[in-house]
Amino acid sequence: MTKNLSRQAYWRRNLRLVAICLSIWFVVSYVFGILLVEPLNAISLGGYPLGYWFAQQGSIYVFVVLIFFYASRMNKLDREFDVHEE
Amino acid sequence: MELQTLTYLVVGATFLIYIAIAIWSRASTTGEFYVAGTGVHPIANGMATAADWMSAASFISMAGLIAFLGYDGSVYLMGWTGGYVLLALLLAPYLRKFGKFTVPEFIGERFYSRGARLVAVICLVIASITYVIGQMKGVGVAFGRFLEVPFEVGVGVGMAIVFAYAVLGGMKGITYTQIAQYCVLIFAYTVPAIFISLNLTGNPVPQLGLGSQMAGESTLSLLDKLDQVVIDLGFAAFSAQKGSTLNIFLLTLSLMIGTAGLPHVIVRFFTVPKVSDARLSAGWALVFIAILYTTAPAVGAMARLNLTETIQTGPVGSETGNLAYEDRPDWFRKWETTGLLKFEDKNADGRIQYYNDANEQFAQQAEVYGWEGNEMVTVDRDIMVLANPEIANLPNWVIALVAAGGIAAALSTAAGLLLAISSAISHDVIKGMLMPAISEKKELLASRIAMAFAILVAGYLGLNPPGFAAQVVALAFGLAAASIFPALMMGIFNKKMNRDGAIAGMLTGLLSTLIYIFWFKGWFFIPGTEMRANTPDNWFMGISTEAFGAVGALLNFVVAVAVSKVTSAPPEHIQHLVEEIRVPRGAGVAAEH
Repeated sequence: MTKNLSRQAYWRRNLRLVAICLSIWFVVSYVFGILLVEPLNAISLGGYPLGYWFAQQGSIYVFVVLIFFYASRMNKLDREFDVHEE
Repeated sequence: MELQTLTYLVVGATFLIYIAIAIWSRASTTGEFYVAGTGVHPIANGMATAADWMSAASFISMAGLIAFLGYDGSVYLMGWTGGYVLLALLLAPYLRKFGKFTVPEFIGERFYSRGARLVAVICLVIASITYVIGQMKGVGVAFGRFLEVPFEVGVGVGMAIVFAYAVLGGMKGITYTQIAQYCVLIFAYTVPAIFISLNLTGNPVPQLGLGSQMAGESTLSLLDKLDQVVIDLGFAAFSAQKGSTLNIFLLTLSLMIGTAGLPHVIVRFFTVPKVSDARLSAGWALVFIAILYTTAPAVGAMARLNLTETIQTGPVGSETGNLAYEDRPDWFRKWETTGLLKFEDKNADGRIQYYNDANEQFAQQAEVYGWEGNEMVTVDRDIMVLANPEIANLPNWVIALVAAGGIAAALSTAAGLLLAISSAISHDVIKGMLMPAISEKKELLASRIAMAFAILVAGYLGLNPPGFAAQVVALAFGLAAASIFPALMMGIFNKKMNRDGAIAGMLTGLLSTLIYIFWFKGWFFIPGTEMRANTPDNWFMGISTEAFGAVGALLNFVVAVAVSKVTSAPPEHIQHLVEEIRVPRGAGVAAEH
């Protein structure tokens, strides 16, 4: 595999990972916290209506986890394609 | 000890700490003015970023807005945290790899054009000044209360202190000062929240307390109780949605992409040692931000409950159910002197009625009680966080601590923004374009003049702020979202994006958003010059001025792509540059030119 091809593959893998992470990002905030807030509010979580909980608590926790997940997966990917820093 | 003396002491002590750290760490880091210590660990950098990021809007204003908006306040919570995901995934690692110091520098080089760099400077300055206006409002509120002077005088004092503080120099680069500021502000925010949560629910964790059962109640959770209390007074339920879904959606989006487009935040990721650290740093920054942001909903809800129950002491409608004005607590009197809290005895019964008189159904009921309108004619949202510990009868040292925290939040952000503005003017415009041969001394002088000018403009506009602190700041995010974020993102993810497309896109995004804001808020925010009243009926598709940034960003993307299709592709070496920033290896230490 030439250097160029492998870089293209690296970039495609990165884009795929970004797409997965951003889908989760979108679902917890925009879908659960905004678009579906009313129906989800019928469910209760620790005294919170669930939709309200996602909007004011849950989405933020997921955001934190997402960034660390992305960072660790990218570190692996960097090594796999031998583009990591020394 | 008297509250005012104690406040002076605590605020003074924290100032001494910041200055001491600044002096102590400056001796070893003068050469690293731009590159804030390449040896800084991602956790430390994350903490400093959090202090830089959390401003008067987050600290003073946001929980107050949530107190009155309820669920609709979620836009600020999600918007100002979700943007870090975009930063970590889409911008930070690549900008770090590129290795320059200012955002306009990246745009100028990526789009091989001084024009693009200049447009980026303009976008940056407009967004940042709007942001500083919001800080000034917050600083004015804090100083007004604790010096017991009118709000306007408070703004004046704030301007003087911000000026002295920012000119002290290089604050931005001194990561350790910001770490100290983070500790002060997070301590000041969470301690009262824990106390109040314990008082109300017996649960010391505010994040859980909000959903916990009220102390002394068998089944009602705090959130249910609050819903009930406000509905009884004719207000909409706290946890119910009030605004249109479209507007809430767009406002959240606008705040998120604005977060990822604000220059003073992006700059922080230029300064970490490695590309992989840039990703991690964003994560740590969000951890430290999330501690405050997940506490804020509880603070807001509890403040609303305490405020309502202070005024409505007994059953709604009973003769003695309302607080007599004579018996108003001390904090009430103090806030009255700032003019941010006002009572007007409309039915001359000597008691305070606080209810929603815009609710027609309830107004009829209120008439039966002999109420003649809501008598709390002014309750500025921005006073809630500062008043909260007093309303809850917490000890004086906690109240003094909150004052110090609010001031730390406003100062750290204002200083960061002013540095972004002045470095854009002195580094990008004067040195980069007009006078490349300028001496370092003169460059520094130019940056100080730019800083002073920015403070004057922001202070003047802060006297007549176009909204509550968090709302003004939201406008700044809209502007950053519409102008800077799309240009950066396309610069990295679209190899074919060229100079003409980027410039056309940035101008479209900036101007469309700016004009939309001025249309409803007055030209240059000067009261009385608005073209249409700022009400939902007049808004385009019900989109508020704060939320329009998302539309502006979309226009930016569309125009940029369209223009780039019909103009010539970027030169070979630029396309090569884009390929280069997409891989981490080979990132040197960020160095000037």
